[in-house]
Amino acid sequence: MNSWINLDAIWRIVVVGLLTGAGLPALFALGLRLLNPAPLPGRPATDRPTAGPLGRTLAGLIFAVVLAAIGWGVSVIVNHR
Amino acid sequence: MTGNDAVLALMVATALGFDFTNGFHDTGNAMATSIVTGALPPRVAVAVSAVLNLVGAFLSTAVAATIANGLVATGEVTLTVVCAGLTGSILWNLATWYLGIPSSSSHALIGGVIGATVAAAGFSAVKWQGLVSKVIVPAALSPFIAGAVAAAGTVLVYRFTRGVPEGPRGRGFRYGQVGSASMVSLAHGTNDAQKTMGVITLALIANGTLPAGSKAPDWVILSCALAIALGTWIGGWRVIRALGKGLVEIEPPQGMAAESASAAVILSSTDFGYSLSTTHVATGSILGSGLGRSGARVRWQLARRMVAAWLLTLPAAALVGAVAYWVANGIGGTAGVVVIFVALVLASVTLFVASRYPAVTPENVNAAWTGTVAPEPTRTDEVSR
Repeated sequence: MNSWINLDAIWRIVVVGLLTGAGLPALFALGLRLLNPAPLPGRPATDRPTAGPLGRTLAGLIFAVVLAAIGWGVSVIVNHR
Repeated sequence: MTGNDAVLALMVATALGFDFTNGFHDTGNAMATSIVTGALPPRVAVAVSAVLNLVGAFLSTAVAATIANGLVATGEVTLTVVCAGLTGSILWNLATWYLGIPSSSSHALIGGVIGATVAAAGFSAVKWQGLVSKVIVPAALSPFIAGAVAAAGTVLVYRFTRGVPEGPRGRGFRYGQVGSASMVSLAHGTNDAQKTMGVITLALIANGTLPAGSKAPDWVILSCALAIALGTWIGGWRVIRALGKGLVEIEPPQGMAAESASAAVILSSTDFGYSLSTTHVATGSILGSGLGRSGARVRWQLARRMVAAWLLTLPAAALVGAVAYWVANGIGGTAGVVVIFVALVLASVTLFVASRYPAVTPENVNAAWTGTVAPEPTRTDEVSR
C-alpha cells in the first residue's frame, strides 16, 4: 500500500459500490418484473395477465431484501465512530 | 464583550453561513433526479431532504476528524484564518450556485481554509500528503467509480424490466427513487454537516475555548444540523435544474440507478474516512445513468463546464481565502475580521439579488432545458403568477 493512494480501499469501494449501488436497483427491477408478467404468446400486448401468488410472494421477498439492505446501510452509518 | 469574543461570534456566524450554502448548493445531489421525474413534488422533495440531513447530522461524527486534523497544521490556525478561509468557501459556493454549477462544497471549504492558512503561515503549514491522499485522489476517482456503478445499474434495471409496460414501470421506480434519494440525503447529512462542525471545533480549540482533542460541543452539532437543514429546505433550484434537466433527460429507472450508485459510493467511502464530495459522486452517477440507457443524450458541453469548475474549486476558493486573510490581517485585529465579514455579507446579498432576475423556482425548475440555467419566462408563467 502506498501512502499517497490507497488502492486497497479503492477496490473495496468499487466492489461494495457495485454490489449495493447497482445490485439493489437490479433486484428492485426484478421485483417489478415479477409483479408485471409478460403477456401470453399469441395474445395482444394490452391483454396482460396479473401476477399470481407465487410471483407476488417472490416479489415481496425481493422488496424485503432491498429494504433490509437499506436498513443495514443506515446501521453502518449509525455505528461508524 | 471583548474583541476576541466578537471575532469568535463572527467566526461561528461565518461557519454557519457556509453550512447554510452547503445545504442549498447540494440539495440537487440528492433530489434533482426525483424532482425531474415527478417522483416527489419539488417542495416536498426539499423538505424530505432537509429532515434527513438534520437526522444525518446527528448520526455520525466520523468525517469531521479528517477536516480538523488531516489537512493543516492545527498550531497555525487562528480565528482570523478560519474566518478568512470560510469567506473564500462561501463566495465560491455562491458564485457557482449563481451559475448553476454543481461544484463541491467540501472542496470549497477545504480550499478556503488551506488558502488562508498558506497566507498566514506559508506552504509548510499544509499537510500536502493528506491533501492528495484524502481529498484529491478520491475527488479524481469518485465520479468515475460512481458513473460506472450507475451505468451498470441502469443497464441491469432496463434489461430486467424490458417487458414491463411504461405505466407500472414508471410508478414502481418512482417509489424506488424516493427511497434511494432519501439515502443520499441522509449520507449528505452525515458527511457535510460534519465538515462544518469540524471547522468550528478546530477554531474553538485553536482559540483555547475548548481543550485540545475535544469533540464538537452539543450547541455546535445542533446549530450546524439546523443550518444545513435550513439551507437544504430553501433548495438550490438553479443547481437542481442544471443537474436534473441539463446533463441528461432522466427517466425514473435511471434516476433510481443514479441515486443508488451515489448512496452506495458515498457510504462505502465514509467507512474508509474519505470525505468524498457528494457533488462529484452525484454528477458522475447521473452521467453514468445517461450512458447506461441507450438513446439517452448526454450534454457533454455542460458536463465539461462542470468538470472545469471542479478543477478550479480548490485553487479559486484558496485564492479568495488568502486574499481575505491578507485584507483582515492588513487591517488587523477585530476590525479586520469585521471588514471581511461585512464584505462577505454585501457580496452574498448582491449574488442573491442577481439570482432573482430571472429566478429559478419550484414552479419552473422542470421547464425544458434550452441551454440556460434560468428558463425563458413564458406567457403562461406570467398568467399563473
